[in-house]
Amino acid sequence: MNSDINDDIANKYLTFVLATEEYAIDILRVQEIKGWSKVTQIPNTPSYICGVINLRGTIVPIVDLRLRFNLDYQEYGSMTVVVVVNVISPNSKERIMGVVVDGVSDVYDVTETEIKPPPDFGSVISTEFVDGLATVSDKMVIVLDIDKLLNSDELAIIDGLSQG
Amino acid sequence: MTTIDLTQVRGLFFEESFENLDVMESSLLDLEIETFNEELINNIFRAAHSIKGGAGIFHLDDIVTFAHNAETLLDEVREGKHDINQVLIDLLLRVGDILRIMLTASKDEVEYDTQEMQICQEALKKALIESVENIEEIPTVESESVEESVENFVEDIEQTSKEWHIEFKPELPILKTGNDPINLFRELQELGELEIIANTDAMPDFADLEPQLCYLSWNLVLNTTADRADIEEVFEWIIDECELNITESVLENSEPKVESQEESEPVLEIIEETPEVETSATEEKTTVSEDTTYTEKVTISEDTTEPVHEEDVVNKQLHTQSGTNSIRVGIDKIDNLINIVGELVITQSMLDQIGENFAHSDIIHLRDGLSQLERNTRELQENVMRIRMLPISVSFNRFPRLVHDLSTQLGKKVELILSGEHTELDKTVLEKMSDPLVHLVRNSLDHGIESPEQRKQVGKPEVGQLHLNAFHQSGNIVIQISDDGAGFDVERIRAKAVQKGWITQEEKITEEQLYEFIFQPGFSTSEEVSDLSGRGVGMDVVRRNIRALGGSIEVKSETGKGSKFSIRLPLTLAILDGQLVRVGNDIFVLPLLSIMESLRVQTKLVNSFTGTVEIYKLRDDYIPILRLYKLFDIENTTTKLEQGLLVIAEGDGQKIGLFVDELLSQQQIVIKNLENNYKKVQGVSGATILGDGNVALILDITGLIQLFRNQTKSPPHLPLGTIRYE
Amino acid sequence: MVHKILICDDSVSIRQMLALTLIDAKYNVTESKDGMQALELAKQNNFDLIITDINMPLLDGLSLVGKLRVLPEYRFKPILLLTTETDPEKKKQAKAAGATGWIIKPFDPDKLLAAIRKVLR
Repeated sequence: MNSDINDDIANKYLTFVLATEEYAIDILRVQEIKGWSKVTQIPNTPSYICGVINLRGTIVPIVDLRLRFNLDYQEYGSMTVVVVVNVISPNSKERIMGVVVDGVSDVYDVTETEIKPPPDFGSVISTEFVDGLATVSDKMVIVLDIDKLLNSDELAIIDGLSQG
Repeated sequence: MTTIDLTQVRGLFFEESFENLDVMESSLLDLEIETFNEELINNIFRAAHSIKGGAGIFHLDDIVTFAHNAETLLDEVREGKHDINQVLIDLLLRVGDILRIMLTASKDEVEYDTQEMQICQEALKKALIESVENIEEIPTVESESVEESVENFVEDIEQTSKEWHIEFKPELPILKTGNDPINLFRELQELGELEIIANTDAMPDFADLEPQLCYLSWNLVLNTTADRADIEEVFEWIIDECELNITESVLENSEPKVESQEESEPVLEIIEETPEVETSATEEKTTVSEDTTYTEKVTISEDTTEPVHEEDVVNKQLHTQSGTNSIRVGIDKIDNLINIVGELVITQSMLDQIGENFAHSDIIHLRDGLSQLERNTRELQENVMRIRMLPISVSFNRFPRLVHDLSTQLGKKVELILSGEHTELDKTVLEKMSDPLVHLVRNSLDHGIESPEQRKQVGKPEVGQLHLNAFHQSGNIVIQISDDGAGFDVERIRAKAVQKGWITQEEKITEEQLYEFIFQPGFSTSEEVSDLSGRGVGMDVVRRNIRALGGSIEVKSETGKGSKFSIRLPLTLAILDGQLVRVGNDIFVLPLLSIMESLRVQTKLVNSFTGTVEIYKLRDDYIPILRLYKLFDIENTTTKLEQGLLVIAEGDGQKIGLFVDELLSQQQIVIKNLENNYKKVQGVSGATILGDGNVALILDITGLIQLFRNQTKSPPHLPLGTIRYE
Repeated sequence: MVHKILICDDSVSIRQMLALTLIDAKYNVTESKDGMQALELAKQNNFDLIITDINMPLLDGLSLVGKLRVLPEYRFKPILLLTTETDPEKKKQAKAAGATGWIIKPFDPDKLLAAIRKVLR
């Protein structure tokens, strides 16, 4: 067992809190962490899409993860944190999106073997967006697959005429 | 050895060659049978000629060879040795196609199917009146073989220094040709040691002396390792305007090796015997001898080829990376930009000055400065935008060929009329309009214009007309495709619509509404699906493409007289004249072009229609009212019609009254797209960043009307928030 | 002294090629795209050498030479024609029109500079 350690590369994960649970995402995907700023709502979109913001000239959609996971809505305010991430779509197009979370907690090293497949448990989120579970500092964190999460349902790219 | 950066030139060459091919093609199509149109023939000749010339620089030997044959044929055509008939025109069109294939392959560095090229090459050779030798005199190939023999030769003689005696007597007016004997002597000096003896015997008396004439002759002794050809090359340009006698006396190693002389002899012989024919031979030879004459340069001569090739590889790579998306810009456009930037700098320094020691009285200067800055900025913006603009002829020019080919195929006679080719539009728009235009033109030829017999029967001229027109109209580009064909078969469209279940047998609708069905997916009236336009790509795709560009298409038709499609497109995709409107706390942008008027609602003119839609009577029109706050679910807004404003807007030929709280400013906005990081949202064409840094959505009237129609038509079980994509 | 050279060719790539080579060799280069433009430029400037293509729109190279030669300032100036023809007949025409000499396309930079050396020092 111990002999395997060398092959097992640790990746850094950023964890954040949502309601009572702690989630982790690959830190290499995190572009920046910013405070809440006014969003422009997009009509006729699901409630979890807060709208779009101007991030230095780029129009970036903001997704409320609480609402995405059907948790209770929490008022946005000065404490609200937006994690700006790079999302890679199945057609390998890169998109920038912001996700609203309750708060950012820490950065951990997690090796791949430490990530265990999630049990088929009654979590608030569907296991399809979960890479697995890991225990760090005696806490359980849920490792998210943000590509899957942010390419699902309304966020999926529709291949079509839209280009450029 | 001079090495220059060929990268940019290479890109230019391909770009230019494709343009030349376009010129060639359009000129060929304009050529009338049995008519000798010198200008057109010259155009075609020049095109082939330029391609050949350029291809030579980049060592594209197969293109040089092929273009050379074409050029030879064209030269004969130019001299009136050929009949201008359809066979000739078709052959030359084919030549253009093949050149295009070859050039594209070279540009992309891929192989192409040489078989067709060879077939065409054979056809070309057959067509040539002049004998085979003409064809086989292919510069590059030949020069290579000469190169080899010369190289061998040079190796052998490199140590052999010879003394040459040169008698040189130029004709009197030699100076008038721009040739100065002194320069020639200097050039000879480059070859070796030179002794010059001037002969003044022919000098007239001073009184008779004509200062512009050259009375001198010279005896020169040149000690050099160079050979006769090198020396003759120095005199090449004036060989017919002087008496020249070159004799050699070998100093050391009296004879060059026999073997090598055999190889070189043919070349030299020609030179000695016939100074007039010599030219081609010397010319090819000199390419090489130039480098090899200097003994210390012999080693370099090998390098001369290598760096070029390496460079070529690099060029190709660079080119494939960046070449595809380049744009050629006229110098005038660049000059304008430079001027404006110059002014901007002046304005900036002026504002700087004001700011340095600001007194309240300066406020008037500050205002002036700011308004100047505004003007500079606007001009800069307009001119930067102009860089992206290309004339629509770029797209139109492919149609003569298409129409030529298609009408032949369909057995129809069609005259294509192009107008407004100089109308400029955005490069992206132009590129994306290409396929829809082709589709519409095919459609016209296929379904619109009748066969010559049919046309005769109904008393029309046998030759049908297809007109492509482009022009500016109130800040838009309009492209029209019209024909004088049969027009739409209204009954058949109706039958189809009934069959599809879009309308009932009894339903009465206007012709305009009927035409709308043409744009529905799954619509095709053609009974036998033709080879040309019935390939699954329908008018629905055409319209979708046009809409994706922020444009619209409408159609008019008159049975028996023809039909006309009008496409309306924005000038550019990047900037929009926008009207800012407020709904609750939200700000939206409406494209100014789609707004017809804005008005205060008179409640007595508002009627309810089928209980779900409010209709506003505006003069003779009945316009549905769309309460934006309702559609977008926005709170804290004006809900009483008389307290807000109604913006009458048009999208795709439909009018709608958008109810908003108030109108804000009008401004030019930079369009950002939502799809980059999100996706397309119906009713929204994009977003922009306002002066305060906030994002505002740009509304798409056509999309809004559809959204509105869907919402009002469908029963409430369609959950709000479900977006329909097209 | 830097020599001023006017080059004239309707092909952008050839023009560019010429210009790059000449600028690299420290000549002062002016470009023109057809015979008419070249003639106008020649009248406004005093070039030391003119290099022109033969086949061009508006005013071809041979006619250009003819028109230049009647201008007093270009009576003795070197004028070189660019040609792809190896045909001696074409060269005779060039000389008859008053050209100083010719350069065969395609040319390599060294060959071009050598040709120029024959008329400019």
